Amino acid sequence: MSNGILVFIEHRDGRFNKTSFEAVAAAQNLGRELQQSVAAVLLGSGVGNLAEMLAGYEVAKVVYAENEKLKEYTPDGYTDAMERVVRQLDPQYVVMPHTYLVRDYAPKLAARFKKGLISDCIRMKVTDGNVRFTRRIFLGKMDADVVSEGEPPTFVTFQSGAYRADQAAKGAGAQVETLQVEVGDVRMRPEAPFQEVKQAVDLTKADVIVAVGRGIKSKENIALAEKLAEVLGGDLAASRPICDAEWLPIDRQIGSSGQTVAPKLYIALGISGAIQHLVGMKNSGTIVAINKDAEAPIFDIADYGIVGDLFEAVPVLTEEIRKLKA
Amino acid sequence: MKIIVMMKQVANKDAILRVNKASTWIEEADLSWEVNESDGYALEESLRLKEKHGGEVIVCSMGPQRVKGVIKDALARGADRAIHVVVDDLNQFSPYASASVLAEAVRNEQPDLIMTGLQSDDYGYAQTGVIMAEILGLPHATIVIEIDASAEKLRVKRELESGWYQWYTMPRPALLTIQSGISQIRYATLKGIMAAKKKEIKEIMPSGEAATLQPHQRIERIYLPEKQKQTQFLGNGDAKAGAVALAEKLRNEARVI
Repeated sequence: MSNGILVFIEHRDGRFNKTSFEAVAAAQNLGRELQQSVAAVLLGSGVGNLAEMLAGYEVAKVVYAENEKLKEYTPDGYTDAMERVVRQLDPQYVVMPHTYLVRDYAPKLAARFKKGLISDCIRMKVTDGNVRFTRRIFLGKMDADVVSEGEPPTFVTFQSGAYRADQAAKGAGAQVETLQVEVGDVRMRPEAPFQEVKQAVDLTKADVIVAVGRGIKSKENIALAEKLAEVLGGDLAASRPICDAEWLPIDRQIGSSGQTVAPKLYIALGISGAIQHLVGMKNSGTIVAINKDAEAPIFDIADYGIVGDLFEAVPVLTEEIRKLKA
Repeated sequence: MKIIVMMKQVANKDAILRVNKASTWIEEADLSWEVNESDGYALEESLRLKEKHGGEVIVCSMGPQRVKGVIKDALARGADRAIHVVVDDLNQFSPYASASVLAEAVRNEQPDLIMTGLQSDDYGYAQTGVIMAEILGLPHATIVIEIDASAEKLRVKRELESGWYQWYTMPRPALLTIQSGISQIRYATLKGIMAAKKKEIKEIMPSGEAATLQPHQRIERIYLPEKQKQTQFLGNGDAKAGAVALAEKLRNEARVI
């Protein structure tokens, strides 16, 4: 009978992806609630040292699935390897971080078991051995409680930040089980990852950020936000649609595909607050949102909100701050 | 090159959402609809590939009759013909079931390329395309932001996290999920709208094992998110008054200016 929780560990260039430990924290949590053991799985080639490091966490064991074809990530290679590990361990839950890499291969893995993922969860609750997972839907406007049905395993991914990496418990030293895993044909050939022209703007060090979203309506209107940033001595930033439209360069983009920031003050102008944006700024000190839609998800994490026309509010705000600073 | 674009119709971004009586989904009557954002980019990229390399673009959408709105718009923008998988209630399909229905709907077309958006703006599962690829036995790449189809093998640029990118090469046929913003989307012209009226829209019903699959996950309840912070709303509807109050709060309460 299926039992236990298997947690997937992501790494690149000899380093763990930090969200892997958020997944470990989630898996340990689930394990405690269900009184089941947690095993961690690492795929790769020549990364035995990472497996040893993992063994320092409170897990029943570390499975290190090795194959030359796993040296670089490919969806074909990872799916084959993980499928074999999952079939061998027969867990009840497979827990993964909702990273771009997991998004790329995990649906393919789940499909091998004729199911999908309960993806991008933000929390879970266990009652009488039944697990209820919560995910954001409608770009963050609603939450949905989801239950798994049918045969195990249940594949679950957790959103970045849903659990804290520093809450992954350390242990007395787990055993590492190295598995020479079979991998079939790998059809895709990856080239080396690279960064586009070196980021000219480093927003991660900014104390104050004024960010604009769709609500700014035109490139010309960005001048309004620029003036506000100027009186605050802050930097100008944007959500993805603004950079896609090339109203601001891409090195000013905040969010999962741009920069992750945590300034003392973050002012969001006309940003509705899609998850992809929120993960890039939710740890800011004081968050201000100005938006015409009272139900915009940005207000869920804002300390101060103005529901209304940003074209009315921003010039007044700029002027008031200028006076206060004079 | 024969390209199939999967397009979903979703609730309009600005629509006010109401939870239905059973709290299992939103009230769909009177809702305004639009094409899922990244699917619009998948269509645009498909049309550009066709313009460059020749061939045919087929749009495929699943849902009740209302999804003809998305289909007709895609035909007006330049798609050649369409497949409409008619189902009354999309909510009964889990990610695997909908991917599996869609895979059977396009299998016999034997496309060179299947394109989807990277995720839907309603469920946000981000899985349908990848599961389809697995069912059809195709290689795939997700979160694609550039496509080079000039050689025999496809070369695609994928977005990784935090400003990193990576190129992948893979054989055709293949399935790609497209990131929003890959190119500027064209508008339908009047000529396009007129031409679309003569284009074929084939209606089919779900078939194969997919149509009878048991769901592997179920939504128990939906609700407005619990707030993570107690937001102080300022101005009470008066944006200017709110701005004056905000400046004062930032100075004296938050002490950030």
